[in-house]
Amino acid sequence: MIAEAVLKPGGTVATALYIVAFSLFILGLKQGTHPTTAKRGNMIAAVGMAVAVVTTLLLDGMGNWGLIIIGLAAGSAIGAYASIKVKMTEMPQMVALYNGVGGGAVALIAWSEIRHGINLGGAVPLEDLIPTLFAAIVGSVSFWGSNIAFAKLQDLIPTRPIGVPGQQFINAILGIGVIVLAVIIAIDNEPPSELLFILILLGAGLLGNLVVLPIGGADMPVVISMLNAFTGLSAAAAGFALGNVALIVAGTLVGSSGTILTMEMATAMNRSIANILFSGFGGAPVAAGGDGEQRPVTSIGAQDAAIKLAYADSVVIVPGYGLAVAQAQHAVKEVADQLEKRGVTVNYAIHPVAGRMPGHMNVLLAEADVPYENLKEMDEINPEMPRVDVAVVIGANDVTNPAAKNDPNSPIAGMPIIEVSEANEVIVIKRSLSTGFAGIDNDLFYEPNTSMLFADAKAAASEVAAEIEQL
Amino acid sequence: MSVMTEVTIFVLAVFVGFEVISKVPTTLHTPLMSQTNAIHGIVMLGGLIVLGYASDPLEYVIGTIAVAFGAINIVGGFLVTDRMLGMFAKKPKPKADDKGKGDGK
Repeated sequence: MIAEAVLKPGGTVATALYIVAFSLFILGLKQGTHPTTAKRGNMIAAVGMAVAVVTTLLLDGMGNWGLIIIGLAAGSAIGAYASIKVKMTEMPQMVALYNGVGGGAVALIAWSEIRHGINLGGAVPLEDLIPTLFAAIVGSVSFWGSNIAFAKLQDLIPTRPIGVPGQQFINAILGIGVIVLAVIIAIDNEPPSELLFILILLGAGLLGNLVVLPIGGADMPVVISMLNAFTGLSAAAAGFALGNVALIVAGTLVGSSGTILTMEMATAMNRSIANILFSGFGGAPVAAGGDGEQRPVTSIGAQDAAIKLAYADSVVIVPGYGLAVAQAQHAVKEVADQLEKRGVTVNYAIHPVAGRMPGHMNVLLAEADVPYENLKEMDEINPEMPRVDVAVVIGANDVTNPAAKNDPNSPIAGMPIIEVSEANEVIVIKRSLSTGFAGIDNDLFYEPNTSMLFADAKAAASEVAAEIEQL
Repeated sequence: MSVMTEVTIFVLAVFVGFEVISKVPTTLHTPLMSQTNAIHGIVMLGGLIVLGYASDPLEYVIGTIAVAFGAINIVGGFLVTDRMLGMFAKKPKPKADDKGKGDGK
């Protein structure tokens, strides 16, 4: 077939083309800083990928074309099908799965590298062996951890934290065990032991399972971002092992991105990454203090809510994950459309963790045709809140709880919130007074300027939209 | 390439990555993640190299799966990112445009 391969592996031409490829990745990501240019940026990055792949296919001495074509065709078909079929509410699962296959690919490549070294006989140089072992460990953790994250997000296994007694101890033993095996392989590398290597893959895989299983649904944005960073780092390590600049740079870019997102998510929840990983927060409800007292709430119907909204000048909608669960984004857009027809300004206040992955809520609203100019970040909208007539909280809970600001003893004290209680009036659309992920009462519900509209998010929004239309 | 050259490239790439990615607004973080999934598909190069030079049956299997995984990342990642960013594209804002309202599912 393509017998006339032209490029020397590691040669000047191949390396130059790889440099072109990673430059296009960086350019593409740079264009991703604005919604109007991001689509072009994605194209630019895709062109970079095409350059990198074609360069590799033209390397001297490549063979096994049949298998290469099978792998390419199968993977492309699966990827294309999934990208067309996936619903926007399912994006977190999709990204989890992609993190997983990325990590899995790295672990497999590392395994193949080790076998290659063994077949050649003699010692594998440490400068290749160490990154290979690192890639194997991180890749395997990412693969199995991501599979668990996927299963949780897809509701295949319960999203609540699943723990076994002495979990931290088991994890520590596994982690240390894997590293010890890696050191043994590195010391006794003439040739390295494949059996020990497979044990490393298995141990790291088990560790990936055990680390993600105890993490609750509310912490998924952090977990997904972190696994994203891991897969990136594992790719960079594979780049060191193979001496390939494209892998090193691209993997590092992905690693940086995942790291930034992980830190932003943790900051948005006011919790350290260690606390998220090891505390099993977000599942078992905290023993509710002050259960006996019944605080008065103001309840409101759809019609009254419609009147309040229709005669306001400025309305802010605060959506939370509950909105996505109820598939209410289109109904909410209806409300906004009706209000805008009457000259009311409508904006959306998006908390960084309002969804199950970074930026998830923005995508859901964009899908419902909400213009991105109306999507306001927390820091942007909070100073505006005192000038807002009505804030509508729909499917959000903890991220609006004023206790985070006012009560230093609250479990969520210090967590940045959307300060809806600063608005003149607040309407909370919610089925009951039940607690959110944090398992604590929301003081917002009992404030004098808050009205509760007890209903399903989607039904309530449709009803309110219809009422406004009739006014 | 010497190890220290590789380390130099790595360190510079860390700074470039932080510089570029920290300018991406939160609104676009989900497409950013799916795009980085696609870029991560660069590992397919590693898969192609190990498969292209593989010489025993187990390596054939491992390599083919690795290539397929990488292709899922690349094709799936770029396509789904494109689809999502299409939703952010500025739409003309006519007053009573009721087109596409029926397909609200």
